Amino acid sequence: MRYTPHTPDQIALMLAKIGEKEIGGLYSDVPRDLMLSAPPDIEGGYDEPRLIRHLGELAESDFSGIGFAGAGSYSHHSPAAVGHIMSLSGLYTSYTPYQAEVSQGVLQALFEYQSMMAQLCGKDICNATMYDGSTALAEAAVMARNMTRRDEIVAADSLHPHYLSVLSTYCAAGGMEFQAMPLEEIAPSKDTAAVIVQSPDYWGTLHDSAELFKAASDAGARSIALCLEMTSLGLVSPAAADIFAGDGQALGLPTSFGGPSFGVLCACAADARRMPGRLVGQTADSKGRRGYILTLQTREQHIRRQRATSNICTSQSLCGIGAAAYLALLGPSGLGDVARASHLNANYLMEGLLALPGFGLAHPGPIYNEFTMSCPKGTYEAMIEAGFGPPVRGGEDMLIFATTEMHRKADLDALLGVLS
Amino acid sequence: MKTLAERSVPGRGGEHVGASDVPGKPTIPKAMLRKGLKLPELSESDVIRHYHNLAARNYGVDDGFYPLGSCTMKYNPKVSEDASRLPGFAGIHPLAPPEHCQGALRLMAELEADLCALTGMDAFTLAPAAGAHGELTALMMMAAYFRDRGEKRSKVLVPDSSHGTNPATAGYMGYDVVVIASDEMGDVDLADLADKMGDDVAGLMLTNPNTLGLFDPNIEKITEIVHEGGGLVYYDGANLNAIMGIARPADMGYDMVHLNLHKTFATPHGGGGPGSGPVGVTSALEPYLPSPRVKEGDGGYTLEYDGKSSIGMVRAFNSSFGVLVRAYAYIRALGGAGLRHASEMAVLNANYLKESLKKRYELPFDRKCMHEFVLSGAKQAHENGVRTTDIAKRILDAGMHAPTIYFPQIVEEAMMVEPTETESLETMDAFADIMEEIARECETDPDKVRAAPVTMPVSRLDDALAARKPVLTWGMER
Repeated sequence: MRYTPHTPDQIALMLAKIGEKEIGGLYSDVPRDLMLSAPPDIEGGYDEPRLIRHLGELAESDFSGIGFAGAGSYSHHSPAAVGHIMSLSGLYTSYTPYQAEVSQGVLQALFEYQSMMAQLCGKDICNATMYDGSTALAEAAVMARNMTRRDEIVAADSLHPHYLSVLSTYCAAGGMEFQAMPLEEIAPSKDTAAVIVQSPDYWGTLHDSAELFKAASDAGARSIALCLEMTSLGLVSPAAADIFAGDGQALGLPTSFGGPSFGVLCACAADARRMPGRLVGQTADSKGRRGYILTLQTREQHIRRQRATSNICTSQSLCGIGAAAYLALLGPSGLGDVARASHLNANYLMEGLLALPGFGLAHPGPIYNEFTMSCPKGTYEAMIEAGFGPPVRGGEDMLIFATTEMHRKADLDALLGVLS
Repeated sequence: MKTLAERSVPGRGGEHVGASDVPGKPTIPKAMLRKGLKLPELSESDVIRHYHNLAARNYGVDDGFYPLGSCTMKYNPKVSEDASRLPGFAGIHPLAPPEHCQGALRLMAELEADLCALTGMDAFTLAPAAGAHGELTALMMMAAYFRDRGEKRSKVLVPDSSHGTNPATAGYMGYDVVVIASDEMGDVDLADLADKMGDDVAGLMLTNPNTLGLFDPNIEKITEIVHEGGGLVYYDGANLNAIMGIARPADMGYDMVHLNLHKTFATPHGGGGPGSGPVGVTSALEPYLPSPRVKEGDGGYTLEYDGKSSIGMVRAFNSSFGVLVRAYAYIRALGGAGLRHASEMAVLNANYLKESLKKRYELPFDRKCMHEFVLSGAKQAHENGVRTTDIAKRILDAGMHAPTIYFPQIVEEAMMVEPTETESLETMDAFADIMEEIARECETDPDKVRAAPVTMPVSRLDDALAARKPVLTWGMER
């Protein structure tokens, strides 16, 4: 059988040592009426060539051309080196680094991730990844609730609708009040635990929330900034919020139908003990040499059980390490190049579309690499027909276009040609 | 080893993309423009060597035996890795129109059906990103179920041997956590359960095999007690690797399960994720499954977001799809018969290794184990002054990974050993020899064990120092 090494002789030898005649004897604690008489009817037993062919056929029925969808998942170039780093056996086939001395590689890689991500997001500290941006945001809301001892979570309604849904789910389950409202109507009060603003928002618009975040602070609430297009931070300043949450997929990870990605959660140094999830800390060994270790673990579920800051255990270490490698490969100038090209391509496409009849900008304001247009009926279908991956639908005849550095002028001109 | 920041040379550039070939200038308002972004500046070969050296300072399943109990560190097939990187999987956008992702949706639908067949559940969601996320999803559904029935139930029961995530999840939901005792055989104490079950209890969270690696023979009685009190029973699937194709949680009376694809279905653990924690339920709970759900209709597969009774979304988009591809590849490689064989071999390996190790270490529950077993280092602690953590570090010196230690908490100086089915007889014998030698060292040279590890890049690290004044980034360095 696949992936099991014993020969029949070895199985017999092992059973003899245990004192059993058959494998079935090992299951003597399982009540007889629960034992299945035959294995379940699950397709399989494919040898490797057949398996590869079958998976290849499934994958080939999916679209893998030039697309214009964004809305929280972006097709940037991932340097070949990122994939190779994420395929290093010592990193990807290891477990959570509980035995620190034999896990210095993952621990240092996560420490470096925490360091670079905190710098990128303009905060003091970052944890060692959350599941994705939406759950990082939900945990940020929980942090704010615990810091302020207030229950009211207020978010701008220009957040990605999936993020609003996840927040709503988590707030309902965790006993918090949740409201979404137009950004300009948010007025933090003495009951507000957190104010949440996404920038660039779901529609692509950049927001400077400094005034609102100051008002939140004056009211004793916490501000939470949300960013789902993290390459934007190569060109745009991160919002100065108490907590910075984001999704890191744009930093060198494939879109992969929505996951795995990873959640970014950054905060002030003083709030380290409020953080959910793993934190890697620098320390010294018994000879004074530098080393790394999982730290502040008394926050966590395996020690504190029902009083933990979160129930999270496994998160997305490898994805975070991949993104850290991406940042290290690009450096500040490379990330700036990606951000500028993504931004300029969006500007060019937007101007081109605005010159066509029936297209109108739905949300005024500065953009990074994404914008929303009211479009003539049939635009979405016409793009599919022409062989493009269509933008994300933001409502009736409303499309959210995203560009990255992957688009060339010829691609944008081809799309404009189809739509004119 | 130097950090990336310490290797950085100002002005050195790594990977760059060429300038955009469209005309125009950036239009970001000046006040929003990023100034002074600091990141390391390195060449591609600098970065590759850095991570190559980090990987060499880290132990994975590809390096050797990894008997970390409760974690099912089995071999991760390489073909599954390749499959997840196919452009038609890795390159699809999560909000693509259905006609652009039929292959991916079919894979998800088939995986859901396979997990139903394996557990006996009626429906699955593939959304949760990890086991604890699956637990949370399941408890949210439990709460919604009772809310719809107008029942106020404020407590959740967990055994004293449970994973920490169980009470932490219940705690997040605002449930009072009530702990159920284990009996002298290591099973759920039925009298204690019956005593604590009542109409204020929403449900019981229970792994089976439990965290001692024992299959609870009273499982049908347990679920019956909870059901009679009107509660639901939740299966923590961390230990499914013992019983695939042997017995099904639904037949045992469970109402909901979560599975760990990164344990049972051979997807790599990535040094702490990504995992995936699908949740299966009986038909009574299906309406509460999170959005979106994969549906098959006349025009093919679609994702549906608007379930009326759904608890809502528990994450953005649909799933950690790349992990699903790997698990699907594993299932298609093995099939029903192969999965059953995998579980049988996992149980055989654990029982074989248990026989080898119980001569030198205490075995608090000496009966047939499932895929793992729990030893106690109490003898070494009391007689030789050597703690289980010392023994674990000494195992590292011998070139293997240590078992899970100090868990479950009901066993003094616990060592939880899970060999998995992919390990050979020779590997397990080598581990047994190492454990034998360490037991001898505990008696003859305990200081040597207490000083371990000595062959690692670092010796024992100072926990207290790390926590006292945390240095969590290279900017905070002392």
